[in-house]
Amino acid sequence: MDVSTFPAKVGLAEMLKGGVIMDVVNVEQARIAQEAGACAVMALERVPAQIRKDGGVARASDPAMIKAIQAAVSIPVMAKCRIGHFVEARILEALEVDFIDESEVLTPADEDFHIEKHGFKVPFVCGCRDLGEALRRIGEGAAMLRTKGEAGTGNIVEGVRHLRTLRSQIRRLTQLSPEELMTEAKNLGAPYDLVKWVAANGKLPVPNFAAGGIATPADAALCMALGAEAVFVGSGIFLSEDSRKRAKAIVDATTYWQDAKKLAEISTGLGAGMPGIEMGKLTEADRMAKRGW
Amino acid sequence: MARLGVLALQGGYDAHARTLRGLGHTVDEVRTADDLARVDGLVLPGGESTTHLILIDRFALEAPLRAFVASGKPVLATCCGLILSAAEVVSPAQRSFGWVDVTVARNAWGRQVHSFEDTADPESPVGPVSMLFIRAPRITRVGPAVEVRATYRGEPVLVRQGNVTAGAFHPELTADARVHEAVFGRG
Repeated sequence: MDVSTFPAKVGLAEMLKGGVIMDVVNVEQARIAQEAGACAVMALERVPAQIRKDGGVARASDPAMIKAIQAAVSIPVMAKCRIGHFVEARILEALEVDFIDESEVLTPADEDFHIEKHGFKVPFVCGCRDLGEALRRIGEGAAMLRTKGEAGTGNIVEGVRHLRTLRSQIRRLTQLSPEELMTEAKNLGAPYDLVKWVAANGKLPVPNFAAGGIATPADAALCMALGAEAVFVGSGIFLSEDSRKRAKAIVDATTYWQDAKKLAEISTGLGAGMPGIEMGKLTEADRMAKRGW
Repeated sequence: MARLGVLALQGGYDAHARTLRGLGHTVDEVRTADDLARVDGLVLPGGESTTHLILIDRFALEAPLRAFVASGKPVLATCCGLILSAAEVVSPAQRSFGWVDVTVARNAWGRQVHSFEDTADPESPVGPVSMLFIRAPRITRVGPAVEVRATYRGEPVLVRQGNVTAGAFHPELTADARVHEAVFGRG
């Protein structure tokens, strides 16, 4: 019996495809998420929009809160640690969370180094803005990626940018001749063996989901259409007017993203979405996607 | 060449489609009753069974799925698919469709950190296939009409009743396509 092998880690990511992973801050929200059809929940103390508003240092959640959510739902429970904070990650592993998100939404603990993730039994998901960042994280052991978008803004524009960038860089790699790949690996700042793998296969070696700014069923469907294999929704559900309705609608839209007639029904009468932020109103320091490298 | 379907509401549909295409089959993702009407065999993939039940209810897919199983066309159900197909589901108790007379305990191997790889017992009728268990269920009771197709350390992990083959592990996540081939043949 080989426990927690890399295929076992990636396997859980495969099982989340076509699903919605919802940020929840308490047991009640976790239950609402499960009843709406979420394929997993992300347990955290404050959703990204709240973290933005409050300011200060955002850290990993209280284990008591994570345990309460694990006891309340049967779907996988994920939790976030700060970039580079391998002790927070060890604590989350000891709690047996199902996935750790080494997340730019929390305040980074290390500005130079991400966590060496191969050494953990629990799988990691990490954010990326482009192919180089994606492959660096996989090189460190991430079993799943998510495009970063700009969390807590209710604005999909950065998520779209990151998905499109990733897709076009992958497509470009498949067009290069073998002798060009080392230079491309240098330019991307990515491990050569992974660059070769992507060039040969035309996709990432682990699933890639979308995150950051998804606030409507149409946003979720847009991400799927741009190549995301599932979506994370943070502030978009529980900061909207009718979170139960919206949670269900986003689940439905992620499954039926290709069916515009169904999307029209799904999008009907959801009440007000979360208040959004235009990117021009954010200062450089406000941009969470810039955290990590 | 058979046209096969993989239920693609959520979960491991992508990996099953890859394995079936590798065997030479044409594969459709199935999300509606119309999609289902076009295929000659079906995979119920892994994923979250709660999510599946909700989407099956919300989009009125139970009757078409029941009719498909009753038609006798081959069905392979893995992990969450096994949970949906079982006669009884425990820990926690949950509704299921009763196509295979087994009792299934959910997440009975533990959380993700306990997920593992191994091979089936050598005397398994389907062969010593590679197995990957992910937050996997356990088959705790096997009814008299059910044939055990593979065991792991003596415990049933792949079973068959009529046209439905159901397993607790993920044959689609290994390079070993013997389980898919046993159910659907080659394309």
